[in-house]
Amino acid sequence: MAQAIHGKGPSHIGIRMSNAAPESRKEAARSEAEEALFGFWVFLMSDLIIFSMLFATYATMGHSLAGGPGPHELFDLGSAAWETVALLLSSFTCGLATLAMRYDRSTGKTLFWFGVTLLLGLTFLSLELHDFFTMASKGGVPSRSGWLSASWALIGTHGLHVTSGCIWMLIMFAQVAKFGLDPLVQTRFMRLALFWHFLDIVWIGIFSIVYLLGVLS
Amino acid sequence: MNDDHAAERRQELHGYIIGLVSAILLSAIPFAGVMLGLLSPAALIWVIAVAGLVQVIVHFRFFLHIDLSRSHRDDLQLILFSLLIVVLMVGGTLWVLTNQRHMMG
Repeated sequence: MAQAIHGKGPSHIGIRMSNAAPESRKEAARSEAEEALFGFWVFLMSDLIIFSMLFATYATMGHSLAGGPGPHELFDLGSAAWETVALLLSSFTCGLATLAMRYDRSTGKTLFWFGVTLLLGLTFLSLELHDFFTMASKGGVPSRSGWLSASWALIGTHGLHVTSGCIWMLIMFAQVAKFGLDPLVQTRFMRLALFWHFLDIVWIGIFSIVYLLGVLS
Repeated sequence: MNDDHAAERRQELHGYIIGLVSAILLSAIPFAGVMLGLLSPAALIWVIAVAGLVQVIVHFRFFLHIDLSRSHRDDLQLILFSLLIVVLMVGGTLWVLTNQRHMMG
């Protein structure tokens, strides 16, 4: 960790402590934040392995339709495109929120951009729920075929992650109301931002492999 | 806010904007290709795969700030090691199970 602790790259995700704090305390607080972020990366990578195995399961189930409905009948690419737009914009606004927090130190701006991120996340979830209901109404329920079980497991796990990200954001709003944007709350926001960006990356895999390649085959 | 600070902020903001614009393009290309049927299915598979991979790299670089600089070596090493495990597990799963499907099918 030595390199990460002393690293000062211009674009690094780090926490800038108050200028009033003595240099050594600032350094200590920053290295603590760096370690917390590195630990969160370890969690994200374990999550990545879960998603990878769900993708692998999905790939092995690609032909196991068991006579049930397939991607052509069940998927609406227009809806998937709007979900992609919502999630991508939310990743961007999440980035703007971290900029407002780290550089402007403005609680109002930070909460505004995280609020926009939350709304876009909820937009994504409502579109996805609508997709799930449409699929189920066409007979595409998880128990119908191996392919459907794998699809629901993969897309559903991602949806649950986004849901927990939204709940996490609400909890952070409550923490800001109680503690203000103190250094501890800031590192939690940074971890939330990492989580949120990570979920957008998993979604790239889902729309490419499940939706686009599915409709193509 | 001093000048250094302002320059850093501007640089990061530019990064997010570059990331957003390229991610929109890299998503729009495969979606448009499939929805409008612009290319043959075989060519479209390549377009989807390449656009997806490039977009993942764009997200890591511009949204997660992972690059090759020294200060990010720990994060990068962790990610690369995790990718190795993913390749072994996913590759192994696909290898064994497609083999099995061919032999039993």
